[in-house]
Formats: sequence, C-alpha cells, structure tokens
Amino acid sequence: MIFIADYGAGNLHSVKKAFDYLGIKAMVSSDPRKLSGHRKVLLPGVGAFGQAIDSLNASGFTEAVLEHLDKGGQLLGICLGMQLLLGESEEMGVHKGIDLVSGKVLRFRSETDKIPQIGWNSVDLKKDCALFKGIEDHSFFYFVHSYYCEPMDSGDIAATTWFAGKNFCSAIEKNGIFAVQFHPEKSSEAGLRVLKNFAGC
Amino acid sequence: MLAKRIIPCLDVTGGRVVKGINFEGLRDAGSILEQARFYNGELADELVFLDISASVESRKTTLEEVLKVSGEVFIPLTVGGGINSVERAREIFMHGADKVSVNTAVVKEPELISRIAEKYGSQAVVVAIDVKKKENRHMVHTHSGKIPTPLEAVEWAQMVQELGAGEILLTSMDRDGTQEGYDNDILSKVSTSVHIPVIASGGAGNLEHLYDGFTRGKADAALAASIFHFRQYSIRQAKQYLRDRGIPVRL
Repeated sequence: MIFIADYGAGNLHSVKKAFDYLGIKAMVSSDPRKLSGHRKVLLPGVGAFGQAIDSLNASGFTEAVLEHLDKGGQLLGICLGMQLLLGESEEMGVHKGIDLVSGKVLRFRSETDKIPQIGWNSVDLKKDCALFKGIEDHSFFYFVHSYYCEPMDSGDIAATTWFAGKNFCSAIEKNGIFAVQFHPEKSSEAGLRVLKNFAGC
Repeated sequence: MLAKRIIPCLDVTGGRVVKGINFEGLRDAGSILEQARFYNGELADELVFLDISASVESRKTTLEEVLKVSGEVFIPLTVGGGINSVERAREIFMHGADKVSVNTAVVKEPELISRIAEKYGSQAVVVAIDVKKKENRHMVHTHSGKIPTPLEAVEWAQMVQELGAGEILLTSMDRDGTQEGYDNDILSKVSTSVHIPVIASGGAGNLEHLYDGFTRGKADAALAASIFHFRQYSIRQAKQYLRDRGIPVRL
C-alpha cells in the first residue's frame, strides 16, 4: 500500500489513478496519523514552495514523514514534493524546507530558454537507482517547473537533465528517499515504470 | 534537451471524435478513449480535446469519456470548448484533464485566466488565440473566428501571459484547414515576445510544415488535426522526420 499525502497541493488524483492502473494499492489521506505503519509514502505537489511547506508543517505531515524515514520507510517526492525535501528554496523569498537532502532550490535563469520548462525532456542517469530499473538511459519524462533542486552532495543525484544551459538534478536517491522533478504520472510508459519501481523496491 | 511537442487535436462531441471521420473510406474515428489509446501508442506528447457540443448532456458524455482516458492514458490531457467560468474548469479538472483551453470567454473577461490559474496553477491554463490577418496586422477573433476584436495578437499574448496563462495556442484562421502551412510570421512574433510556450496551430498539411513551424515559426509545440486523423502521416513518422532534421523530439 502506497500512502499518498494530501496536504492540499494538487495532482494526487492522477498519481492515484496511475497506481490503480498498475494494480498497486494506494490511498490518499490528509491525516498524517494514518501514515504510520505504511512502508511507502508519496509526497506529490503542484504550486508554490512557501505555501506548501507551511501546510506540510501545520498539518503534521513533516513530523510524520521524518518519523516514517527514521523507521526505515521509503519516500517518493514528485515535482514540488521533491523540492520540499531540500534545505531551502528561493521561490518568492527564502523558505526553509524539510532538509532531508542538503542543498537549495533555485530558479532557472536563461536568456534563450522559456521558463517554466514545459514538456518532455530526457533524463540522464547518474547512478544505479532502483527507481529507474528497466528504464533506458536518456528516456523522456514530462516536466513542468520554474525551479530546480541543487543538492550539495553530488552523490545524492540519481539523474540529471539538460535545460537552461545546465544539467540540473532531475532525480534524487538517498537512503530510502527518492525524488523526481518530472511527473511520472504524466510520462506514459516510462513514468508508470518509475511508479511501479517505487512500489516494488 | 527539451523536446518539441507534437499534439493531435480532436474535435469531440458527446464523447465521440467527429473530425475526420467517414472520410475516404476511413471507418468511424470512434470514441475519445479509442482515439486517445491510438495516439498514445503513436507517441503523441499530449492530447487536446476540443468539445464542440452544443448541449449540456453531450458535454457531460464527453467529460465521462475524458475520465476514462485519464484512467489509462498517462500523458497530459487538455480540454477546451465553451469554458466560461471557474466552475466549468473545475468540472473538467475533476474529470481528469490536466489543462483547460480557454478562448472566447477570456477575451470578454480576462480576469478569468487569473482566477483559474490561482486555483489550479498557470500550468493548467492554455489560452487559445485565433488570429486573422487584416491590413498587415493579426487581429484576435472570438467565437471560432467569427467575431473580430480590437485586440492585436502580440499585445493580447503578452496580456494573457501577465494574467497567468501557462501556454498559448495560436491558431491562424487564414491558414486553418488550408494545409498550406502555419503562419510562421505571426507565430515567431508571438513566440519571441512572450516567455511561455507557444503551440502552433492552423494549416499543417505535411511534415515540412511542422519543421517550419519549429524553425521559422519558433513554436514550442505543434498542434495538428487533419494530417493525423486521415492517417496521412503517423505521429511516429512525423517525429522521425523532425529528428532526422535536427529537431529534438521524444521518440
């Protein structure tokens, strides 16, 4: 059973639908107390960082997620749900994140590329990661974002993607913490495989 | 590298695809779900459903079909046609669409763009702009191109961007249905004057037109209807053609 945390930040239903399609049991809940006992937690997210981290903290999900990881549970952050795991973000002022992964969330700056990045981009694998098992290197995934994660320790980076003149971190793997900047639930077969891998790892 | 997107656009009513059916021996194009499965298998990057239904009942059936699509086709889905309120947009999102495409209603009431974007995010709002050339100026038209407005394309595009649009779908009414190629002049003007993606529409008749739309028109995505519906080209074939000419695509 995958526990999908509903802390008021979108896209949970398409994630739930993807698990339903794969025949993997998943539940959406806004009650962090119900999180304990689940081995796998998914943190989705669409919207602004500040608002999301506030509601994550206020709802008690931050604490519940930390406890979950302490007990050896696994976590998958998607899009904003990935960014929230870092130390801080510069989205509309400086906001502190959950700080599970050292580093910052920065805004793309480019004279040539349109921001936000919207569309399919290739994901270049940087290390052997359970999330990408059976997925070809450089596969395409669907992205929608203006900010990206910059982990301090390059060992945390599972994959990178070329955009706005740089290879930004598009996936993280660190001690049971998984995170992807793209939307696996909108990335067709490759995306479904990522969700399946998370469920099975 | 970010890929250029190929997006088939389907005119739908009452849950059925109506454009390009019963044409030159082609069988019924089928339900939205059947078409969605087909195009997903061909590597369409997104799907746009333009609901041309006149009745509320028919629209409901369309949305129920979109709901089925969102349960088994996992690429971005856009639904447009007659969206004139946040409530209408909400209903569409509830049925599994990722984006709504708005047009006539937001020319009358531009704040509607902001209201939908505030609730669902800019990425969920595509503003469709229909333009017709008049004395060297590209003027915005509403009601499927029937009614002219005093708005000029570039000026309106910048305005919708400010209001929170996530993407612009630019259709040349002069080219639509002609298969003569996109109007790359206005496409590149609009595309270079905004920082959000611009989707080319209206006039694609062959694969070179798609290529021109990306290179000369500077489009970020290309929308096409007839060349795909009549199975003149497959999307895979179109993408191979583009890749061979150096355009990044998802294949």
